[in-house]
Amino acid sequence: MNRHIIALAQINPALGDLERNLALHEKTAEEAIGRGASLLVFPELSLTGYFLKDLVSSVAFPMTSPILGRLRDLSRRIDLVVGLVEESPEHLFYNAAIYLSMGEIQHVHRKVYLPTYGIFDEQRYFAEGGRIRTFRARVGRSAILICEDMWHPSTAYVASLDGMEILISPSASPGRGGLEEGKFFANARAWETINRAYAQLFTCYVIYANRVGYEDGACFWGGSEAIAPSGEPVAKAEYLSEEILVVEIDPAEVRRARTVNPLLRDERLDVTLRELERVRREGVR
Amino acid sequence: MSGLSLHCEFVQQILTGFIANEVRKTGFSRVVVGLSGGVDSALSAYLGAEALGAENVLALLMPYRTSSPESREHAELVVKQLGIQSDVIEITPMVDAYFERFPESDHVRRGNKMARERMTILFDHSATLKALVLGTSNKTELLLGYGTLYGDMASAINPLGDLYKTQIRYLARHMGIPEIIVRKAPSGDLWVGQTDEAELGFTYEEVDRVLYLMVDRRCEIPELIAAGFDERFVRAVLAKLQASQYKRRLPLIAKISARTIDRDFRYPRDWGK
Repeated sequence: MNRHIIALAQINPALGDLERNLALHEKTAEEAIGRGASLLVFPELSLTGYFLKDLVSSVAFPMTSPILGRLRDLSRRIDLVVGLVEESPEHLFYNAAIYLSMGEIQHVHRKVYLPTYGIFDEQRYFAEGGRIRTFRARVGRSAILICEDMWHPSTAYVASLDGMEILISPSASPGRGGLEEGKFFANARAWETINRAYAQLFTCYVIYANRVGYEDGACFWGGSEAIAPSGEPVAKAEYLSEEILVVEIDPAEVRRARTVNPLLRDERLDVTLRELERVRREGVR
Repeated sequence: MSGLSLHCEFVQQILTGFIANEVRKTGFSRVVVGLSGGVDSALSAYLGAEALGAENVLALLMPYRTSSPESREHAELVVKQLGIQSDVIEITPMVDAYFERFPESDHVRRGNKMARERMTILFDHSATLKALVLGTSNKTELLLGYGTLYGDMASAINPLGDLYKTQIRYLARHMGIPEIIVRKAPSGDLWVGQTDEAELGFTYEEVDRVLYLMVDRRCEIPELIAAGFDERFVRAVLAKLQASQYKRRLPLIAKISARTIDRDFRYPRDWGK
């Protein structure tokens, strides 16, 4: 009855070309609307592309910018999660994802964990977000965690205690390593483990929207997926190819999972806080 | 060794996707590749044909008078199997004309000149035909510096640069490259009787195991020695890696201004593509 149809946009954005990407967002949204979705989740930095380097300041804009006009209009017909570079009033640049609904920005998540190792260089270009908050979305109480945020379980833990039923994770994950006989990228396999584990441990839906395409030779592997609160996959997109994955989610599944497995009920926030305080005082870092 | 095994279907899909995507971003739809008759350039041609269609791959055969007839036969076999267009451009007149001035030149100097002569022909065709030069250097030779800078190392995009020679063979077999090409002793064919492994002093399989652990798995030298690798061999490989680092970087620019190319002027190559 209260089921929701969510579309995951496994797209290939153009690097540094806002206009082309806006058109791609509109086209994707039309298809998602046609397929009955009430929410469309785009990948990380979907409006700008990922390996921006010095382009960051050129594609950044404040959340009051008219650039968002077309997406605001679109959000009267379908809710949107869009990845972009947010420019703050202080001219800091954030790797952000916004939730648009009914013509308004209802939530902004600024990526908290900026990977700066291996092929990643985000702290060189972006400011760190400092907030993990859930918000009320049409599909249920949701949190947005962008890519690397998901590799720090504290983010999902905080969101879980903040009421998260739907974990929305926009991602731009370049495949690397592990393409051995019978195996896909090592980091893709790790992602799939994380998505299943978080869904099960936090008894929430995980909506993981990853992009595809190539930037300077790096290959984004796709494989977007929705995982039910039981830890079972609802649906999964193909690896490596563009796709709009449409899934149906049922809030009753959250209830069912939490009845079977009352992990959230039994969570000991006081113990966690006390021990974290102690670790901060006495710990190794 | 398991770390060097390859999920060939996925790798093929990723590399053909890479070629199609990166070529089209530039506004081109074709590639040009220098076919030597060896497995590396054969694999590049196969991947190019798979990615863009046989009609969009031009193979150039650029023999020198001492090049082995077998190399030519194998290159022609690839052309025939793929149904791609090809042309034969002898480099003997240009190379010999140059070395009339320097008759004492050794075979390394001559070999480098040949590689660079071929590069100029490939890039001339690239501009004329609006076709990107498809690279043929594999990860092993790039890491060892076993290639001619601005010669065979030059290309616009290189689908093979992250595959060790051992892995090149796996993928080549998977794509149906004739066994006679996959199995033969690798050679630059820059002088009569040259083989890579004789010149390097070790086999590709041996060095790939060390390079994989050293580079991909970040093993330290003592760890490799403890794992049973010969210390002299490991140190020789490391020395080659260090000595050839310059070949894997752009030329150094003396910094003067507030913003210097590739230091603090950092844009992706796919900027706006």
